[in-house]
Amino acid sequence: MDENSVSLGEPAIAVRNLVKSYKSGIAVAGLSFDLSPGSMTGLLGGNGAGKTTTIAMIMGLVAPTSGTVRVLAADMPRQRYRVLHRMNFESPYVEMPMRLTVRQNLTVFGMLYGVDDVAGRIATLATELDLRDLMDRQTGKLSAGQKTRVSLAKALLNQPEVLLLDEPTASLDPDTADWIRTRLERYRHERGATVLLASHNMSEVERMCERVIIMKQGRIEDDGTPATLLARYGRETLEEVFLDVARGRGYASEAAQ
Amino acid sequence: MSGRQAIIDISARRIAAMVLRYWYLLRSSWPRILDLIYWPTVQMLMWGFLQTYIGQNAGFFARASGTFIGAVLLWDILFRGQLGFSVSFLEEMWARNLGNLMMSPLKPVEFVAALMIMSLVRLAIGLVPVTLLAMVFFGFNLYGLGFALAAFFANLILTSWAVGIFVSGLVLRNGLGAENMAWTIMFLFLPLTCVYYPVTILPGWLQVAAWALPPTYVFEGMRALLIDHIFRVDLMLESLALNGVLFTAAVLGFLALLRSARRNGSLMQTGE
Repeated sequence: MDENSVSLGEPAIAVRNLVKSYKSGIAVAGLSFDLSPGSMTGLLGGNGAGKTTTIAMIMGLVAPTSGTVRVLAADMPRQRYRVLHRMNFESPYVEMPMRLTVRQNLTVFGMLYGVDDVAGRIATLATELDLRDLMDRQTGKLSAGQKTRVSLAKALLNQPEVLLLDEPTASLDPDTADWIRTRLERYRHERGATVLLASHNMSEVERMCERVIIMKQGRIEDDGTPATLLARYGRETLEEVFLDVARGRGYASEAAQ
Repeated sequence: MSGRQAIIDISARRIAAMVLRYWYLLRSSWPRILDLIYWPTVQMLMWGFLQTYIGQNAGFFARASGTFIGAVLLWDILFRGQLGFSVSFLEEMWARNLGNLMMSPLKPVEFVAALMIMSLVRLAIGLVPVTLLAMVFFGFNLYGLGFALAAFFANLILTSWAVGIFVSGLVLRNGLGAENMAWTIMFLFLPLTCVYYPVTILPGWLQVAAWALPPTYVFEGMRALLIDHIFRVDLMLESLALNGVLFTAAVLGFLALLRSARRNGSLMQTGE
């Protein structure tokens, strides 16, 4: 079998009994879930729920205390160099070098990710993400929305099969955030990519994801489609569901008893 | 391809990408370039004039012409080589870009190779103009040392990289709280490796420590060449052997600190 292939039916991401503990406490306390190839899943949770740590372990940036993570059939972090060129991520909390121009940054990352025609791919992304006028400006001098678009361009440079997004629209105005979501949805459909989206934005998750995993204190509190969760909690929005989970209120059927 | 083999496979393109990244940064900032030249020039002028003064008033130093300037230039290879390595690494911490790199296919060995190349680039920018000034002001031609200079350089740069690799590991593991080590650790070598005086000046017990450090052999070798006009091959080989041990220890230390950083999550937090 080709080293890059995923067995038929094998999940793009498989997480089993994942635990991460630090001296200060437990960040992730036994997560297990599978993400199907081509799916888009939302990872919801309050601050300190363990979303970012989970994503970091999926990327191989943090070693689990116990449990396993497999991405595209590679064990993370041990076999990460087999698959990192097929993955990418975007987060407003991880910046790109500010003194380099947008073109320089994208060129460097294009080379790091082994993109064949770096200049051609950058030109395509500049058009798709409306970056053409920004290409020769220093990245540090861009607005928050522009920086997010550049980070997104970096995340899509290698046309990843697995895309991890950590609050990709945080601190953006509604118009720019909507613009970003549209581009992400289009990319996912065109590429058939598996996307994991950690977010505080409930309407974003409701719109983009066919599955939602809700985390609390390092554990999965609930897991289902947005419609299932709304029905389960008897709510009209995911924000209300999120508040129910965060405040320890049970399902609608339990509340009625 | 096994995980281990994937780690060993090295990509020249990824190394070139990182060199390009630092080159873009360097050329975008004239204060960074000025900083590379400024301090070596000041050092060289200060020691050069001191040597001229002493040489005019003491017979031995008149014979030992060039030892101070030679010492300061070789010291700068050691110090600036390490600083060039460490500062390029610190640029990633300051730019909060380490997460991007660590989640990219860039391997530690490629990252380190790029930092070594940048250390040479920064050293060349800083030291070449200073060596030319040394010819103009004091008639001291460092390049006149010929093959000996190549041997001195190779040993000093190996030590500087070993120290740079280890310090980078400390910063990876402990964050920017360990940044000061990058700026100061090499000054421990200044008195111990006997840059400006012979090893015999040190007390006996300290001489043992001095001979455990590879640069000591280089500075002794430089004095043998400039004062006695003898190139001590034995000293260079001993230095090289010690550098082999030091470099291996530094790489193993770096990898251990990187593993520890993955375990304790410090790669996610590149601040203090």
